Formats: sequence, C-alpha cells, structure tokens
Amino acid sequence: MPGFTVSFHPEDRFFAFLRTVGEISCREGRLSGIPVAVKDNISTAGIETTCASRILEGYIPPYDATVVERLKNEGAAIAGKTNMDEFGMGTTTENSAFGPTRNPVDPSRVPGGSSGGSAAAIAAGLVPLALGTDTGGSIRCPAAFCGIVGLKPTYGRVSRYGLIAYANSLEQIGPMAANVTDANLLMGVIAGHDPRDSTSLDFPYLHTPDPEIRGMRIGVPEEFFGEGVDPRVASVVWEGISLLERKGAEIVTCRMPSMAYALAAYYVTCTSEASSNLARFDGVRYGPPADTKKTWHESFQERRRDGFGEEVRRRIMLGTFTLSSGYYGKYYAKAQAARNQVRADFERLFREVDVLAGPTMPTVAFKFGEKSDPLSMYLSDILTVPANLAGVPAISVPCGRVEGLPVGLQIMGRWMEDERVVDVGYAFEQGVSR
Amino acid sequence: MITERDTEHIGQLADIAIHREELAAFTSRFNEILEYFDLLDQVEVVESIEGRECNVFREDEVIPSLSQQDALANTREKEEGFFRAPRVM
Repeated sequence: MPGFTVSFHPEDRFFAFLRTVGEISCREGRLSGIPVAVKDNISTAGIETTCASRILEGYIPPYDATVVERLKNEGAAIAGKTNMDEFGMGTTTENSAFGPTRNPVDPSRVPGGSSGGSAAAIAAGLVPLALGTDTGGSIRCPAAFCGIVGLKPTYGRVSRYGLIAYANSLEQIGPMAANVTDANLLMGVIAGHDPRDSTSLDFPYLHTPDPEIRGMRIGVPEEFFGEGVDPRVASVVWEGISLLERKGAEIVTCRMPSMAYALAAYYVTCTSEASSNLARFDGVRYGPPADTKKTWHESFQERRRDGFGEEVRRRIMLGTFTLSSGYYGKYYAKAQAARNQVRADFERLFREVDVLAGPTMPTVAFKFGEKSDPLSMYLSDILTVPANLAGVPAISVPCGRVEGLPVGLQIMGRWMEDERVVDVGYAFEQGVSR
Repeated sequence: MITERDTEHIGQLADIAIHREELAAFTSRFNEILEYFDLLDQVEVVESIEGRECNVFREDEVIPSLSQQDALANTREKEEGFFRAPRVM
C-alpha cells in the first residue's frame, strides 16, 4: 500500500507531550495522516513508553498495543506520547515523574488526570484526536477540566492488549477529541474484538451520532449533586440537563445509595490490583537496571523506592495491606460487595431510565498544589468511579464555564450502549452550538 | 491504627524500601486513608449478584512471538541470551 510522511513539530507550551515523533510514515485509511496523540501507558513499537515513571525510563516496547495497530491500519499518524500521572495514579497530572502538564485554558491550573497530557494536547489545538485511559475517571476528568470530549467505553469494548496495566478490572482505553463527532470516529477505529485480550467482547462500534433524543428518559441521581459538589458547577450542569429536556428528553430524578461506598470500594480495588500488576517492575527486564551485586530483595526494594514516585508507592503498599491475610475480609471482600451494590443500582436505574446524567467532576480545575493530601485528591473522583466499578460507558462533554473554567456534563449509559451516550452527548453539543 | 513499624513491614512485603525520613508521613497518610475505608464496614457481604466475568479459554497453539533478541532488547543486564538478575540466595 502506498505510504506518505507527515511532519509533526508542535509548539508544546503546556507540556502535553513527553515525546513527539517528527516525521511519521502513514498509509491511506479513515484517519489518513491525522496526528493522534497516545497516552504514555499505551505501548508503541519503537517509541519510548514510560507511564511517566522513572522506573520505565528508556523502555522501548517491542510491539504495538492493539489500539495503536488499529490506528496505524487506518492511516493515523502516531504523533507522540502524552504526559500523565505516573501509571495513571492521580487526578491532576502532577504525579508525572517528568513534571506536570498545564491546563491550556488557564496555565495556573492542572489539566486534570490522569490523561492530562492527551486532554491538553487537544485543548491546545496540537492534535485533533488522542487516546486516554480511564480507570476511575482518567479520561473524563481531564476532558471536563480542559473543555473537551472524552469517552470511557463499556468495559471490554476496546482491547487492553498493550496497555500497561494498573487496575485491569476497571480500566479502558478511550477516545478524546474536541467534539463528539471526532470522538465517535476515533471510537469506531479502536473498538472491536481482540483475541489477545481475554476480556475483549465482540461488539464492533459502527455508529453515526444521532441528535434525536425526544422521548428519551434521563435519570439524574441526587447523589451526583451532593456534598462536595461546587454549587456553581451544579448550577451549570442543571442548565445543561434542562437543555436536554427542551430537546424532548424526560428528566427523572432518582437515587443511587451505593454512591456512599463507591469511592472506598474503588480505591480498595484499584490499589489491590496495582500491588499485583506493578510487581513486574523490578529492573531486570526493562527500565534502569537493578544492582545485580546485591541480594534479590535488597536490590528490588531499592530499585522500586528510587524508581516509583510517592503516590505509586503509596498505592502499591495500600493494596498490599488490604490484600494481606487478616485484612482481606475487612477491605477487599467488602469492596467487592460494595462494587456489586453499585452494579445493582445501575441495573435497577437503567430499567427505569435510558441514561444517567450529572457533573463529571465536583469542581472546576484545581490550582497546582491545591490537593496536597492524597485523600482529598481521591475524593474528587467520586462522580466518575461508579461507571468503572460497573463497567458501563460514560462520556464527558463540555457544558459551560464557571469563572472562565470549563465544566463537564457526564452521561452514563447501559452496558454496551456506548452509542446512546454518544448520541446524548451529540444532542447536547448540537443544542449548545445553535 | 497503623504504626511506623507496620508501614516498614508493608514496605517489605511490597518490596518497596522507605527512607527513614518518609516513614512518619507515609504512616499518617495510611491512617487517614484506612480510616476512610472503614466506611466499608457498613457494607453487608451478601450472595454476589451474577457478574459478567467468565473465564475465556483458547486453544494452546504455538503462534509467532517475541524473538529472544527483542525480549532482551530493554535490559542492560544480560548474559548468553538470559536476563541477569540479582542473587536470590
């Protein structure tokens, strides 16, 4: 197939990229020559991939993730690797070992995280499309903070093969773009069955967004406007929901009692999975080498102390503790029971309504250093983690501003109804732009 | 309540060394977070609802895989086609 070359030399003023590819060879396809930014926890053959961690500095993957393979097959130009919170652990991109990304809307504020580099690259106009990953909100949070669109697909809809795992049962790769149409296009390219990911499902995504939402029932859980949600953000989001009502949707207020435990269930689950997943980083097969003169444990412990940032070490240790004998029943087992309650709540609500709507984040983008203690940072994920716990699709679309800073409207849908959340997002976007 | 000794012990289990001067801060953060996790005490563990997860099996077929050269490409510590690791004993 005839190929061609695309040049990519952006002026990256917000440190969205950890590295870029100057000259990119592409082929013809649906994304011919379109530069696509890829989060740095997604494997790209021949392009350094670090998860924004010192422990993977210099690691060059020998193979492409399935999503990257699919992008290349459609002619996309893999433009570079975007900054992120180390291993996806954070809500601001401040946890990158290589320094934070700044929010193009207001450079004194964080872009959100963990896919902050991908969101900033789009918001700054450096690329039209980017891949993020979402374990507990890591696509939707930066999309909301930077005023762009981000979709967390249904769990299993997009292959995780080649994604450097942090919390396998929660995370999905998803599209980020300036508008719903572009996010939909990217979703169509990356979704589909992959035998190399045993959780991959065979539901191709072939969809053209439809803005007709007359008669659709939109549930609004009271808990999404509860304690901790900035009233100014709540007000902007309610205005957005009213717009959907004016377009013919029926708004139904409802309750989601499992929200009380969702965040704790999420953090116990993700740290437990992280403690196992990140055991592979030992300095033997990749990354800066371990000292082979020392004993195994001594060398391993030192390598990991120096290679991982503070938050990553905290989460690995938390997960080690919550899975340890004597505490498993108190933490992990309870978290799984709470996770089932979240799933049950979604299933009950989705018998009555077609989608759920609310704010993506409780506040607008934080100032740098504003969330200095880890627990207050964790608490800001409260509105995004339920969709990950249940594996259902959720999109964030820009829905207005508070003091000049973007606010995201989140639409969550039934399992495998990614198309419907895209449609509602599209209907909203069309309504706003008229 | 976790003590600094517990934190050191967890670090050992997780194979992560902690600098002495970090110990107090790590311990107090752990306690704040674990106190929050205590919310889960109120959750009743009942018979779980049917999850969608199931085991996925495939035929055990030999398919093309990484070459030895590619597999070793990211390490500096190698010897005669093997990874060189710290001593275990």
